[in-house]
Amino acid sequence: MSDILAMTAVAARQALDNKSISAVELTEAYIKAGQDTAENNAYVLTTPDKAIDMAKASDARIAKGDAGLLEGIPIGVKDMFCTKGVETTASSRILKGFVPTYESTVTQNLWQDGAVMLGKINCDEFAMGSANETSAFGAVINPWTASDGPLKGKALTPGGSSGGSAAVMAARSALLAPGTDTGGSIRQPAAFCGLVGLKPTYGRCSRLGIVAFASSLDQAGPITRDVADCALMMTSMASYDKGDSTSIDAPMPDLMAALTKAKNEGVKGMRIGIPDEYTIDGMPEQIVTLWEQGRQWLEDAGATCVPVSLPHTKYALPAYYIIAPAEASSNLARYDGVRYGQRVDGATLDEMYAKTRGAGFGDEVKRRILIGTYVLSAGYYDAYYIKAQKIRRLIQNDFHQVFSGVDALLTPSTPSAAFALGEEDKDPVSMFLNDVFTVPANLAGIPAISVPAGLSSDGLPLGLQLIAPALREDTLIEGAAMLEKAAGFNHVASGAAS
Amino acid sequence: MSDKNPDFSLDHNSDHNVIDKTTIQKIAKLARIEIAPEREDTLCGELSTIISWVEQLGECDTAHVEPLASVTGHSLPMRDDVVTSGDDPDAVLSNAPEEASHFFVVPKVVE
Repeated sequence: MSDILAMTAVAARQALDNKSISAVELTEAYIKAGQDTAENNAYVLTTPDKAIDMAKASDARIAKGDAGLLEGIPIGVKDMFCTKGVETTASSRILKGFVPTYESTVTQNLWQDGAVMLGKINCDEFAMGSANETSAFGAVINPWTASDGPLKGKALTPGGSSGGSAAVMAARSALLAPGTDTGGSIRQPAAFCGLVGLKPTYGRCSRLGIVAFASSLDQAGPITRDVADCALMMTSMASYDKGDSTSIDAPMPDLMAALTKAKNEGVKGMRIGIPDEYTIDGMPEQIVTLWEQGRQWLEDAGATCVPVSLPHTKYALPAYYIIAPAEASSNLARYDGVRYGQRVDGATLDEMYAKTRGAGFGDEVKRRILIGTYVLSAGYYDAYYIKAQKIRRLIQNDFHQVFSGVDALLTPSTPSAAFALGEEDKDPVSMFLNDVFTVPANLAGIPAISVPAGLSSDGLPLGLQLIAPALREDTLIEGAAMLEKAAGFNHVASGAAS
Repeated sequence: MSDKNPDFSLDHNSDHNVIDKTTIQKIAKLARIEIAPEREDTLCGELSTIISWVEQLGECDTAHVEPLASVTGHSLPMRDDVVTSGDDPDAVLSNAPEEASHFFVVPKVVE
């Protein structure tokens, strides 16, 4: 069994094609792994019967020589993706019992390529959070544990909002996991759980059928065990979709070819910028050291690293925490107890709305809706919302300017390793600081990837982030493959199924 | 703390709340979210912390900057004004908390 769970998706695809394993066997192993690691609270709904049916269909297609890109690969789906006929709640009480009558484009792409659905995965409520603690289903436990230091023996966060998705990947209870990333929700959990996480260019993945949080920032992307799996899954997830008005009608570069290129040629001639402004006072020494190590690895592989400046970086986080709540307050207006989800009765329509939303939303979601409502309200709109949109342009301009001289940027993924559940400062702003390195790429709409690069002194995974210009996911895959090879990260979470 | 780097400190929190209880109830009404009176103090504190923190944007000169609403820079794609899906009231109503005769049911709004 342990041999089966140890295979990456690319390896499993080969094993399926040469018939050394069947899709049903693979799927059964993952269903059992999910049961064995249930204490992580990562699955909010399992669909074992559906999984076996899909695996049987995969085996039939493989037998006919008709296998898709992800044929027979068992995946866990973040509960932000609408899945036809399967309850979808965004980990919120207000959507309890909601069964979509349609499929999200991203998951449809995955099924079309032969993937097998294991179930729906826990996340922060409406993807708002950085520790997976705001979920109505409760927190998710990171399969990684500290081997030493003050966190030893404590349950740790897998990060958020795609915390459950990262947890099932680290626990080996799913072989691939699609996530969503509005301010770092793919990359930060990937970093906390020793995984690869890619947020593609805004518009690469259709938003149709993904529960909306902040529509100008939301992007789906893969969370995988390694860079090759990331290239494979990204290829499947991306598509032009007329059902999403911001979908990009541009072909995805050949990511598998980018992988081969990195293997054969390294990153010779690639220019990598090291942004001055990502050096933060109080950043743990081991993050600084790892970042420097990453620079060295890329130079050893033939890249030239140069210091660059993104002068408006310090304004990215506060601008994000105006724009994202503003868009959320508008998007979440649809949860009114009329068309779907939970309703709490009231004497009048307004009272019904207020009671439904008061009871249905959790504290973090309410905070963000209230902040969003405030910054969009009469008298404050220009001072906050328009101001933040202006800052957003300055941030995008910063990136445009540096990308005239470099192919990609190297930064840490997060300012720390995973922290203990329930112990983060209750101040909401301190939780926002988790996103300090990831938010700028969302504001600028450009792609970024987190790659596991080493362990902290406490034995917890740390990630490095590469950021590339719009549409250059191939550059990210090349650079990430190089970092992966140099880092040789082959650690497995102590809580992984075997 | 160097000037150009992200601000990790929270010392710009002022002692007095920039958002008071009246404002909380006003925006809660706009947002149609019932807020229990015993939650008001906590929310005043939390929202004031967030608003005080984002106010650091004020120091950045944006006098001649156009606001950015969409990163793609595309104009919205147009399509023919025809029905592409629909005519399936059962599917539309399948998640309704209350429905009758193919309509959503809400509390009475006309006296």
